[in-house]
Amino acid sequence: MTAKLQLVGIRKKLRGRQVLDGVDIDVAARRSLVIIGGSGVGKSVTLKCALGLMKPDSGKVLVDGADVTKMPPEVRQRVMRKFGMLFQGGALFDSLTVWENIAFRLIYADGVSRAEARERAVETMRKVRLAPEFADVRPIELSGGMQKRAGLARAIISKPDVLCVDEPTTGLDPITADAINDLIVEMVKELGCAAVSITHDMASARKIADEIAMLYAGKIVWRGPAAAIDNSGNAMVDQFVAGRAEGPIQAVV
Amino acid sequence: MNPFAAIGRAVLAMLAEVGRFSAFTGRAAATCFSPPVFVGQFARQCAQIGYFSLPVVGVTAVFIGAALALNIYVGGARFNAEQFVPNIVVLGITRELGPVLAGLMLAGRVSAGIAAEIGTMRVTEQIDAMTTLSTDPFRFLIAPRVLAATLTLPILVLVADIIGVMGGYLVAVNSLDFNGATYLRNTFEFMEPQDVILGLVKAAVFGFIIASVGSYQGYHSNGGALGVGRAAPGAVGGAIGLILAVNYLITAFFVE
Ligand SMILES: Nc1ncnc2c1ncn2[C@@H]1O[C@H](COP(=O)(O)OP(=O)(O)OP(=O)(O)O)[C@@H](O)[C@H]1O
Ligand SMILES: [Mg+2]
Repeated sequence: MTAKLQLVGIRKKLRGRQVLDGVDIDVAARRSLVIIGGSGVGKSVTLKCALGLMKPDSGKVLVDGADVTKMPPEVRQRVMRKFGMLFQGGALFDSLTVWENIAFRLIYADGVSRAEARERAVETMRKVRLAPEFADVRPIELSGGMQKRAGLARAIISKPDVLCVDEPTTGLDPITADAINDLIVEMVKELGCAAVSITHDMASARKIADEIAMLYAGKIVWRGPAAAIDNSGNAMVDQFVAGRAEGPIQAVV
Repeated sequence: MNPFAAIGRAVLAMLAEVGRFSAFTGRAAATCFSPPVFVGQFARQCAQIGYFSLPVVGVTAVFIGAALALNIYVGGARFNAEQFVPNIVVLGITRELGPVLAGLMLAGRVSAGIAAEIGTMRVTEQIDAMTTLSTDPFRFLIAPRVLAATLTLPILVLVADIIGVMGGYLVAVNSLDFNGATYLRNTFEFMEPQDVILGLVKAAVFGFIIASVGSYQGYHSNGGALGVGRAAPGAVGGAIGLILAVNYLITAFFVE
């Protein structure tokens, strides 16, 4: 089975620091990959390289086997239509209402009528457990967790082939978090998305992931099925999963 | 430290910036004139840039027109040429002061506003998000602003011309003992279409400068609130400098 999305040897230097030093990941359709790793190791940068929001210094980004970094911008844009992205900070448009945010792509890229777009936005809000009464408010009036869910709704509304989510459950209560986990699983199992999720939340990782990859010092240091996370045989993974300050990974003081 | 190396680096950095800005404006202009055009965004920007700038442009024009009339009267009196007040007021307003002052006012109001808005969208990843939603930020954010400023500034300047001449008229009639009808007749008989056209051409170019410098500064801002805080004054300074330089070039070109 060829990977839906594959990163090969991605290297990226930012402000003189080699943040990514040859990252390899791949994910197939109907599969869910979770990337774990300490704060600041470059998880978000990895996703941004995959989406073309940052240009890697070297390495390949393959979508359905074709290297998008070598494509002319218009072609790449067409390929990227298959992607949906939830940003770590939400990145909602603060000049638009919540429903216009969620339906942005439908209205402005797909030419769907506003009435239909609104209907689909409200329907998607239900899926992420946002009450429809928030459809007409501005994102700034939502709580942090609600903004997260609106961002997720915006990412999934047009049923992407590849769903990238950056910390989907951060800032959510455990019950809502679990509903979001279920939703991501549903996207993968029922709609056949390939999902790449970043999370610190091990409960969420166990629930969402088919596979887990750990990023450390610019590389993927361990990768395996989600079920193997507790006996990975990797001291760094053990330390991360157990959440211990002592171990091979030193907390920055 | 080698002083030549330092100067060389500064010059190279400046040239690189000029290059980046040219590429940016080229792309902005190209997206203005190819579909799809986001009409709703364009209309909103026309209101924002054009309509809401009317008060500041009107107030500036009326007072400048009035002061101009007084100054020309005083100066003209030195060689018995007071009667030329209406002629010189209309010439000065239409060819120079109307477009330049409107341009400078909007460089402050509009450039800074655009830089702050787009800059905030940049640092909060809204521009990245837009890209992932298959929408070109140049098309959605920048083209409507550039197009709106380029098209509405000439209208604002036309209004400024009328209000500026009115300002001169009010002073001339009320405190300089001019006859109202004669003043207006002299104004219209003296004024030539190319005076107004020169002003409107300048206005369109200034509008383009104002929106594209503001967009450029915002689009390339980084570093959170601090970065946005740098983008806004950067846009104002850049727009003012460019407007004054280009104003001279256009004037010189039309005089030849
Ligand atoms: N736009 C940028 N410019 C410069 N450096 C950046 C930029 N974005 C990220 N970095 C740097 O890259 C490194 C990795 O950042 P990244 O956001 O990927 O971390 P992360 O793994 O997502 O962390 P977290 O879990 O806290 O979100 C950090 O050291 C950060 O300082
Ligand atoms: Mg991150």
